[in-house]
Amino acid sequence: MTDMPAGERRQLAPPSDDTGILGWTRKNLFSSWGNGITTVVLIAGMAWVLSWFLEWALFTANFTATTGSECRGQGACWALIREKFRYIFFGSFPYEQHWRPLFAVIAMLTMLVLSADRRMWNWRLLVIWSVGSFITFLLMFGQLHIPLSLILFVVLAAGGVGLALRSAVADQTERAAYYALIAIGIVGIGLRFAGILPAWKLAIAPLSYVETSLWGGLPVTIILATYGLAFAFPYGVLLALGRRSNLPLIKGLCVGFIELIRGVPLISLLIMASVMLPLFLPSGVTIDKFLRAQVAVILFAGAYIAEIIRGGLQSLPKGQFEAADAMGLNYVQKTALIILPQALRVVIPPLINTFIGFFKDTSLVLIIGIFDFLNTANQALVDPNWAGFPGEVYLFAAFVYFIFCFSMSRYSKYLEVELNKGMRR
Amino acid sequence: MAATAARDLSSVSSVIQLKGVNKWFGQFHVLSDINLDVKEGEKIVICGPSGSGKSTLIRCINRLEEHQQGDIVVHGVTLSNDVKNIEAIRREVGMVFQSFNLFPHLTILENLTLAPIWVKKMPKKDAEEIAMGLLKRVRIPEQALKYPGQLSGGQQQRVAIARALCMRPKIMLFDEPTSALDPEMVKEVLDVMIELAREGMTMLCVTHEMGFARAVADRVIFMDRGEIVEQNEPQEFFANPRNERTKLFLGQILHH
Repeated sequence: MTDMPAGERRQLAPPSDDTGILGWTRKNLFSSWGNGITTVVLIAGMAWVLSWFLEWALFTANFTATTGSECRGQGACWALIREKFRYIFFGSFPYEQHWRPLFAVIAMLTMLVLSADRRMWNWRLLVIWSVGSFITFLLMFGQLHIPLSLILFVVLAAGGVGLALRSAVADQTERAAYYALIAIGIVGIGLRFAGILPAWKLAIAPLSYVETSLWGGLPVTIILATYGLAFAFPYGVLLALGRRSNLPLIKGLCVGFIELIRGVPLISLLIMASVMLPLFLPSGVTIDKFLRAQVAVILFAGAYIAEIIRGGLQSLPKGQFEAADAMGLNYVQKTALIILPQALRVVIPPLINTFIGFFKDTSLVLIIGIFDFLNTANQALVDPNWAGFPGEVYLFAAFVYFIFCFSMSRYSKYLEVELNKGMRR
Repeated sequence: MAATAARDLSSVSSVIQLKGVNKWFGQFHVLSDINLDVKEGEKIVICGPSGSGKSTLIRCINRLEEHQQGDIVVHGVTLSNDVKNIEAIRREVGMVFQSFNLFPHLTILENLTLAPIWVKKMPKKDAEEIAMGLLKRVRIPEQALKYPGQLSGGQQQRVAIARALCMRPKIMLFDEPTSALDPEMVKEVLDVMIELAREGMTMLCVTHEMGFARAVADRVIFMDRGEIVEQNEPQEFFANPRNERTKLFLGQILHH
């Protein structure tokens, strides 16, 4: 074949990999004496640890004991989890109402899973989060009293956002609808402040009211993490953009905020939010402790997310900014259509890394007496009937945290592949 | 080919005027006292050694760079810090870069329709129609749904030209459009540019493609150390360069 003229030579298939499992094993695990010994030692070590763990966790474990004393001298006391899991998952929420936090958790997980799908990243996302959040908080509180001014504000925001995002593609009627919403919002808020509209509240009260101090367990952790990150993310984007602004005042404010927040531990921020903030509020005004912790988490996560996104912004070649400028796109269009979509793709791995970190960091709220999942697990140990089995409880808590964090990690992987489709060179 | 050059442009109105333009990068005087008048439909090739300020000059025209002294008037609008003016000028002036600068996260079609949809508020359907027409003109309509990373350099640069044309600009700026290309792809890009020139587009090209200059330019400008050293119609420019620096430069790029 070699005497064929160039260009007419038959394209050959690469040499086939006919090694199979045995071949693979030999090539990868036993390629040399050193490699073989390492393989054997590591496998033996893993087998020993695993057998010890299985012995404790499964074969000698007690699943049915009714008090801690029946468990003693055996393996793992999973009976403790069986006895306490409702408290660990839902905390001090009224016992007979536990279906409410259960369905709230299901609502939030559904919301998160749905919004993980890239096909939902449009107006659907807004619907998913509105409905999901409404169900979650209605179940958790039992009653929602929505003040008129908030409703008017939402109307105004809906009109404004709609106009900003769809002005290019909306037809006459749609645009008129946005203007109408904005007009209703502005006039309504004006009348409300002038005192002409009454301080009316929309009451949705199908269930008994449960205040936030009774909330606990998994829903608390998920709410803190979900809404913490959902608000911290856009906030972090704004901070990152502000930090790169040409306007010295905006830049200074953003740099100052980021450095200030990054310079203190989350715990001190939580304590400040729970102890010091009330001292500065006028008497009679109280802000819910849960909300204060939530805000502290948002501010803290926002600063970290901002720095990650700044890294993504800096990784973009200058030509991308120039090309967008040269086309006549304005700052908002350039940022939303060209810069952020690319910058965010680059920072998915560190971003999800931070999300995972903050999901676990929400457990620090136990310091100000909020019963998140780790704290309720901790409290389950206090029962004198079941004293002495911390390992089982913490292992169980770790397992639940692991499910969430591992899912996020896998999702990060999926997202990287999904968003880079067609872009790979 | 060179016969196209000598057209009478004296009666045509100017679309770009630079009067006494000066610019510094720090202490470095990158543009010194530039005066330039570009007539409608005129094709100008700017050449010169690297660092002579030729790219900076055309980047000042759409305000990618800010000049510090003098006036730049584009289509009757004087460039100032007024964002509205800058955006108005950028709508009229298309630009093609050395490194293409296509948006890698958007398909070819989306790259083309982005500005018409968002800047000109054109309905998506119309924008796509125009975009497909332009892709046919640059001879790659079959690539419309691919991403820039999947195209060759020459194809990417042709997309970049089509993207700029999508805004129906009155003026096109080319900043070394073929310098980043493999040799075998230079021609396909130049062909598109020559076609564009024949259709009467006002063009300012920073390029060292002297064949292109001979074929379409009405005027060749030689820049060195931030000033316009010499300008003339291409035949005269290449046959009888007057300035020593021009001779030296032409000697270097033409006889290797």
